[in-house]
Amino acid sequence: MAVKIPRTPVREQDPQRRATNFEEVCYGYNDQEAALEASRCLKCPKPRCVQACPVGLNIPGFIKALGEGDIAGAASVIAKDSSLPSVCGRVCPQESQCEGSCVLGIKSEPVAIGKLERYVGDWKINHADQVVDTPAPRNGHKVAVIGSGPSGLACASDLARLGYEVKIFEALHKVGGVLVYGIPEFRLPKDAIVAREVEAVKKLGVEIETDVIVGRTLTVDSLMDDEGYEAVFIGSGAGLPRFMGIPGENLNGVFSANEFLTRANLMKAYDEEYDTPIYLGKRVVVVGGGNVAMDAVRTAKRLGADAVIVYRRSEAELPARVEEVHHAKEEGIDFRMLTNPVSVVGDDQGKVVAIECVRMELGEPDESGRRRPVEIPGSKYQLDCEVVIMALGTSPNPLIKDTTDGLETNRKGCIVADEDGRTTREGVFAGGDAVTGAATVILAMGAGRKAAAAIHSYISNK
Amino acid sequence: MFKILEKRELATKIYEMVVEAPRVAKAAQPGQFVIIRTDEKGERIPLTICDYDRERGTVTIVIQAVGISSAKICDMEPGDEFADFAGPLGRPSDLLELPEEELKRQRVLFVAGGVGTAPVYPQAKWLDEHGVRADVIIGARNKDLFSYVDEMRKVANVYLCTDDGSEGFHGMVTALIDHLIEKEGKAYDHCVIIGPMIMMKFASMTTKKHGIPTMVSLNALMVDGTGMCGACRVSVGGKTLFTCVDGPEFDGHQVDFDEAMRRQNMYRGNKKTNPETHKCKCHGS
Repeated sequence: MAVKIPRTPVREQDPQRRATNFEEVCYGYNDQEAALEASRCLKCPKPRCVQACPVGLNIPGFIKALGEGDIAGAASVIAKDSSLPSVCGRVCPQESQCEGSCVLGIKSEPVAIGKLERYVGDWKINHADQVVDTPAPRNGHKVAVIGSGPSGLACASDLARLGYEVKIFEALHKVGGVLVYGIPEFRLPKDAIVAREVEAVKKLGVEIETDVIVGRTLTVDSLMDDEGYEAVFIGSGAGLPRFMGIPGENLNGVFSANEFLTRANLMKAYDEEYDTPIYLGKRVVVVGGGNVAMDAVRTAKRLGADAVIVYRRSEAELPARVEEVHHAKEEGIDFRMLTNPVSVVGDDQGKVVAIECVRMELGEPDESGRRRPVEIPGSKYQLDCEVVIMALGTSPNPLIKDTTDGLETNRKGCIVADEDGRTTREGVFAGGDAVTGAATVILAMGAGRKAAAAIHSYISNK
Repeated sequence: MFKILEKRELATKIYEMVVEAPRVAKAAQPGQFVIIRTDEKGERIPLTICDYDRERGTVTIVIQAVGISSAKICDMEPGDEFADFAGPLGRPSDLLELPEEELKRQRVLFVAGGVGTAPVYPQAKWLDEHGVRADVIIGARNKDLFSYVDEMRKVANVYLCTDDGSEGFHGMVTALIDHLIEKEGKAYDHCVIIGPMIMMKFASMTTKKHGIPTMVSLNALMVDGTGMCGACRVSVGGKTLFTCVDGPEFDGHQVDFDEAMRRQNMYRGNKKTNPETHKCKCHGS
C-alpha cells in the first residue's frame, strides 16, 4: 500500500557549511528517490491538490507519467499549465496549497509534490533538446507585457503558444523580476535555473527588452498608439518597500530588505568580482517574519553576520514558508519573537549602534484573525547591532498608474482588475503583485495565465 | 548595448560622453537622470542627463572620475558600449510644469558647481527655447576646473566665480549670489542649484535669506532608480522621500543636507569602494 511508504526525505547541504556559502540548500531528488516518491500518489479521481493549485497544474497526471518512467511525458503535462516548474517546485508554499490538501496528509505525510515538480523541471532544463515545445504559427497580433517576473513570463508564454507576437518590457537589466532581485541564489539558483527557464520562454518566440521603464521610457499609451500593441498586460509587481516610520530609520545602516537583497542577488555584491558594495556589521537585525525577512536574514548570515529576526507576533504567526523557517533555524538564525522595534539608535556619526525594542504578548484576535500583539509595559530594551533591515512588505510602484489615464487603482495603490485581469482601461490587463499586493510566485503566474486567456478572447472578438 | 559615439575631456578627470540611446533620447526632459552600468559586473550608477538629441537618438552625460565605478565609465572610449543605459528616470524639472504665460515672467537663477554645471545646461537651454533668458552662476575652485561655459553662454547669462580668483568673481557661489542681488540689483523668482551637496546646502541658505524659492538636484546613492530599494531616502520638510521617484529635485530650503551628506558617504571605507582593496583588474594599478 502506497500509504505505508513514508515521504521520501530530500537531501540538503549541511546547515553549518551552507550558512557560509550561497550554493543551493536543497539538492532535490535523484531518479530513485523521485520514482519512490511518485509511487506514493493515490491518483485520486477528484484530486484536491489540483484545485488547491493557483494554476490548476495536472498534478496526478504528471506524477503518473513519472511513475511510469516517462519523464518527458511528465514534463509535457506540466508544460500545459506552467512554464516555470523548476522555480515553483522551489519557492511555492506547497504546505498551504497542493501538499496541504493532499489526502495522504490526513493520516500520514502528503506527497512531496513540490520536490517532484522540481525534479521534472530540472530534468527538462537539462534535456531541453528532447522536449519539443514548438511555437504556434504567428496570428499577426501584437501584445506587450510589462515586467518579466512570474506573472509576465506566464502571460507571455501562454500568448506565444496561441500565436501572438509578444514582447516583454523589463525595467531592470536582468530578466526575472523578483526571481532575480528578490529570492536569493541559495534558494533559487539564477544561472542554472531562472535564466534557463527564461530561455525556454524565449524559445516560444517571446521577445524581451530590458532597461525599459514603463511610465518613464515609454507609456502604456505609446505602446498602444505608437508601437502597435493591441493589448497590454501589466505585471509590474509590488516593488516599493515599506518602512516603519520609527525614529532613526534614515541612519546609516538601515536598509529595506529590497535594497539589501537587490544588492546581494541582482548585483551579486557578495561576490568580490562584482563592483556593488554591501553594508554589513557584526550583528544584523531583520524586522519581519515573511519569506523576504527569511531571505534577508539568511543572506546576512552567509555574509558573516550574527543574524537576528525580530517579529512582533509569535512563531505560529510567522507568514514565511515552513521550510524556510526550518532552514533558517538550522543555519543558526536567532529568532526573537513577540518583539517590536520602537526606534533605531545611532552614534554621533549617524551610524546604527542598536535597535530599541519592546516585548509583546498576544491579545484578542484582530481583523486578520490572528491574535493581536500588545506591548508589555516597561519592557523596552536595546539590542546592539550595526545593521537593521526592514522586511515589512511592499506595495505596487505608482509609475504606471500615474502615467496611464483611466487606469484605476485602490487605496493601497493596487491596480483594479477583475478575475480575468481586465482593468478599467480597455485593452489593458494586469495581474500578479501589481493587482494583489505582495503575494506568491504561483499566484502571480496564475493571474498571468488568466489574463492571457482574457487577452486572447478580447483580441479574437474585437 | 548602448554605444558611446563621442567623448571629450571637459576639465581634469571630467568627461562628456554622447551615447546612442534612442528610447531614452525620445522621452528625456530637463532635470531627469539615467542609470548606467558599464558591464556585467558593474554597479548601477545614476547620472543626470546633460543634453539629448531626439532626432539623432543620443543622450549626453558628464561624469567625473571620483571612485571605482565612475573611473570605469571614464575609461570607456567611443565605440565602446555600456551594458545598460536606462531612463529617463525621476521627475522633470518643476519649471516645465509652469503655464507658458507664467513661465515667461520668471526671473530664473541657476547656481552650478563642479560637475553639476552640465546638468544645468538642458534646463537653461529649455528655458531659452521658451523665451526665458536665465542667469547662471558657475563656481569652481580655480579656472582650470570650469566646464560647459561656452555652451552655457549660448543659452543664458553666465557669471563665473572662483575660490582663488583666477577667473571671474573672486569668491564662492554664495558670495556671488549676494553680490548679484545686493550690488547689481538683480531679483529672482526661482532658483535651481546643482552641484556638490555642501555647495547646495550653503547656496540654499543664501537664497533662503533672499527669499528665493529654490530647488536642488540631489545625487543620492541608488540601486534600481525606480523606487524599489529606498537607498536614496532623503528627509524633506521632515518627511522621508525617495530621490529617484519623488525627485531628484527638491525644495532646497527643506532638505536635510546633513543627513543627505552622511547617507551619501555610507559606503566610504567599504573594501569595494576603496581602490587599494578593490579586486577588479579593469584599470591596472
